[in-house]
Amino acid sequence: MIDHASLLAVLPELILTAGGLVLMLVAAWGGDASSRVVNWLSVLTLALAGMALSTSLANGPDAFDGLVRADAFSAFAKALIYGAAAAAILLAPRYFSTDGKERPEYPVLILFSSIGMGMMVSAGDLLTLYVGLEMQSLAAYVLASFMRQDVRSSEAGLKYFVLGSLASGILLYGASLLYGFTGTTSFDGIAIAMDDGVSKGELFGMVFLLAGLAFKMSAVPFHMWTPDVYEGAPTPVTTFFGSAPKVAAVALAVRVAVEALGPAGLDWQQIVIFVALASILLGAVAAIGQTNIKRLMAYSSINNVGFALIGLAAGTPAGVAATMSYMAIYVVMTVGAFACILQMRDAQGRPVESIASLAGLSQSRKGLAAALAIFMFSMAGIPPLFGFWAKFLVFDAAVAAGMTALAAFGIAASVIGAFYYLKIIKTMYFDEPAAAYEAKGGAVENIILTACAVVIVLGYLLNPLLDQASAAAAASLF
Amino acid sequence: MDGFPILSLMMAVPMAGAIACLFAGAGTARWIALLATLADLVLGIILWINFDQAGSAAQWQFQEYAPIFGRFAWALGIDGIALMLIALTVFLMPICIGASWVAINKRVGEYMAAFLFMEVLMIGVFTAQDLYLFYIMFEAGLIPMYLIIGIWGGAERIYASYKFFLYTLLGSVLMLIAMMWMVHEAGTTEIPALMAYNFNPHVQTWLFLAFFASFAVKMPMWPVHTWLPDAHVQAPTAGSVILAGVLLKMGGYGFIRFSLPMFPEASAQLAPLVWGLSMVAVVYTSLVALVQSDMKKLIAYSSVAHMAIVTVGLFAFNQAGIEGAMMVMLGHGLVSGALFLCVGVIYDRLHTREINRYGGLSINMPKYAVLFMLFTMASVGLPGTSNFVGEFLSLMGIYQASSWVALVCTTGIILGAAYMLYLYRRICYGEQVNADAAAMPDLSVREIALLAPIAAAVLWMGVYPESFLAPMRSDIRALEARLAPAAPAGDSKIKIGASKPAGEDHHEESAAHGEAHS
Repeated sequence: MIDHASLLAVLPELILTAGGLVLMLVAAWGGDASSRVVNWLSVLTLALAGMALSTSLANGPDAFDGLVRADAFSAFAKALIYGAAAAAILLAPRYFSTDGKERPEYPVLILFSSIGMGMMVSAGDLLTLYVGLEMQSLAAYVLASFMRQDVRSSEAGLKYFVLGSLASGILLYGASLLYGFTGTTSFDGIAIAMDDGVSKGELFGMVFLLAGLAFKMSAVPFHMWTPDVYEGAPTPVTTFFGSAPKVAAVALAVRVAVEALGPAGLDWQQIVIFVALASILLGAVAAIGQTNIKRLMAYSSINNVGFALIGLAAGTPAGVAATMSYMAIYVVMTVGAFACILQMRDAQGRPVESIASLAGLSQSRKGLAAALAIFMFSMAGIPPLFGFWAKFLVFDAAVAAGMTALAAFGIAASVIGAFYYLKIIKTMYFDEPAAAYEAKGGAVENIILTACAVVIVLGYLLNPLLDQASAAAAASLF
Repeated sequence: MDGFPILSLMMAVPMAGAIACLFAGAGTARWIALLATLADLVLGIILWINFDQAGSAAQWQFQEYAPIFGRFAWALGIDGIALMLIALTVFLMPICIGASWVAINKRVGEYMAAFLFMEVLMIGVFTAQDLYLFYIMFEAGLIPMYLIIGIWGGAERIYASYKFFLYTLLGSVLMLIAMMWMVHEAGTTEIPALMAYNFNPHVQTWLFLAFFASFAVKMPMWPVHTWLPDAHVQAPTAGSVILAGVLLKMGGYGFIRFSLPMFPEASAQLAPLVWGLSMVAVVYTSLVALVQSDMKKLIAYSSVAHMAIVTVGLFAFNQAGIEGAMMVMLGHGLVSGALFLCVGVIYDRLHTREINRYGGLSINMPKYAVLFMLFTMASVGLPGTSNFVGEFLSLMGIYQASSWVALVCTTGIILGAAYMLYLYRRICYGEQVNADAAAMPDLSVREIALLAPIAAAVLWMGVYPESFLAPMRSDIRALEARLAPAAPAGDSKIKIGASKPAGEDHHEESAAHGEAHS
């Protein structure tokens, strides 16, 4: 019954599943001592899955009668997701080893979450969508509360779980409405059913579905969980939350909006525009008063999702390509910034999270301060750093689609955001030195940091490549 | 010079220097920075010598094109206007490095790197031939300047650095949206092509306003000038020099390169707005300068007044006005830079900018008093100095367009003389009431070496401005031709009477006179 082409199309997921299961067994029998090995093998698994993307692409786009899509869009998103997941695994050991709680379950959970994310971005059906989403979320709930003895971590996990379940419920309700009014769960079928106009029921279903997705990508007004979870979760997990699941959620929202709800474009465009602008504004304004750097990054991620959604709001292939390019650049900036934040350790090696502790970093840790400054300027969208190009692309798409007012408003709001990124640079460069951090960072941290910084500084040379890949990804949806 | 990428090289030299400075110790970094800027000065001289000034020469020279960035290209090229501003940049940079030689003693490597990076970006702004490349260079300048003000600035440096950064960023982002719209409309990112493209006059108004938001802040024009006094006062001496000398010129360059040729109808339509703001600026900021007790603040306000003469000249829509505006920009770049250096010289000795703490310096610092006098006179616009040429041409140009604006702006020149001479009197003349000020030693060899080249350039520009006007002439003529269809009718009703004799008796003489001029 099952054809080979379909299996080959989901080869990356198969590799991840097999790898995850085997490594789970290794972890069970090897105990905590095996965590380093499991770490590296997990990264290897992710790398293999990444290489299998070309095979899956060759056997796509439709697999299992349209339940799963292996197209250029999903390949683009998965490459980002696997990369971010691998970075989150590589950055973790140093953090967990400080109080001897390094455990091999961590990389395995990330692998399982990655399978879920892979399914999300290649979903061709509401059921695949839901299964992928839940698989990603369940692993994420456990990861958030990974440091069981830590109150904040447990709280973060519980909060994430309760609110996440509620969001899943909303999403499921929307999916059931859509199914009820269109008679199908497949994206293509829904689009065909909507071609003759959007009925009230379909509209309601769409709104609920998008509300659930907005929660997953932490867009306003469903963002409330983000600061608490980002702050409470262990920092490597925050790195992960800030990058891979974000890509998956945004990519999923793009696919649902374009493939399933395409005929209702004018309706969801209003929703997306509101969500985008609200996220940009709230993310920028609320971040100003933060004193904890992880909380600040949470608001920054809300802010960034807003910008990414401007591309989707344009509703054109160029807009979708811009959104995907935005996420690619965003992932590099986020991973790089967290590689810096993970190095914020006091002289005893304990992690520090307050922004005030960064004071005078430029004098004690020149390189680290310079790297963090690069990421902050980049997130603020100041050229010549690559973060500017990400914003450029989404605004350019909006202008091309005739939404000049949206672009003008969004870009003006980005100036508010620049303020709090500048605050971090000011703390590092202008303030009198505070207590110095640990003198040297971990080797892996530094390598990832340097790689991200190089991409952010010289990223424009990658433009032809990025343009081509994102255009191909967008073309596969339309 | 065919095909040799001299413009890229001019950007590569300081860039390499900047990277080297980051890793070098204090002493080495100073020498690296000095050598890199001097090398760029030599390259700038070579560039000027090889620039073809003939009227028949191509408008854009030294062009480079490499489509390596996907949606935009590494496209460089200069005309005479850009050449002059590049010359100003490379001329001032070694002086800035020299001015920081002893004044900056903490984090020297980073300081020099920031300055060299700044030089890369300034040359980039003036050479970019791609709209987006221009924007990137234009905006990127915020980063080093933010750091220069914030790390090495005075007591209120953090407030000043934030204000500078956010003010200019907010001004610029709307310009980016306008640029995107233009590129989608015209289908090209090349500046020369866009300069010839005729946008719909209705849309032009909006595009003009978006660009205006950016350039008016950068310039700065009243009432968005308030970041400038703060930034100037708090920045270290060399930072003020480069800010007043070159960064403000980016605004004027923006008007010449973008606003005027790309939106001629809107420029003409909104010229009264620009005139109005400029008139207010000339009079108001001159009056404000008159009551300042802080030397740097006084010079900062005088910059705003001088820049208003630039905008007035630019929006005169004729050759005299635009040439005058360029000359004021070049002259002001030199003179205000020199004045900030003069302030820096005595600030380094007494560590205060309060005017009242000095007095009678001509007694114990005669060399200083002479040079300071020269730059004061140049700032006032005395004939024989650089600013006279520019101010005269600008006002002559605007007189053809609106005699009222010319009248008001000319009073600004008188006020300028008032506040500058008043400043000079309080610092250099009078009783030596402060013992510590009276004990200050005269200029050192290093300080003379910094000020003397500027003094020479100021006099050269005042005595023989043709050297500076010749490269720009055909470009400005082309701009005037581009603006001609839209230019507003003047109210002065000038009749150019080339063949009309002044009187029967002098017929022969005046005819000969007319011939000599034609």
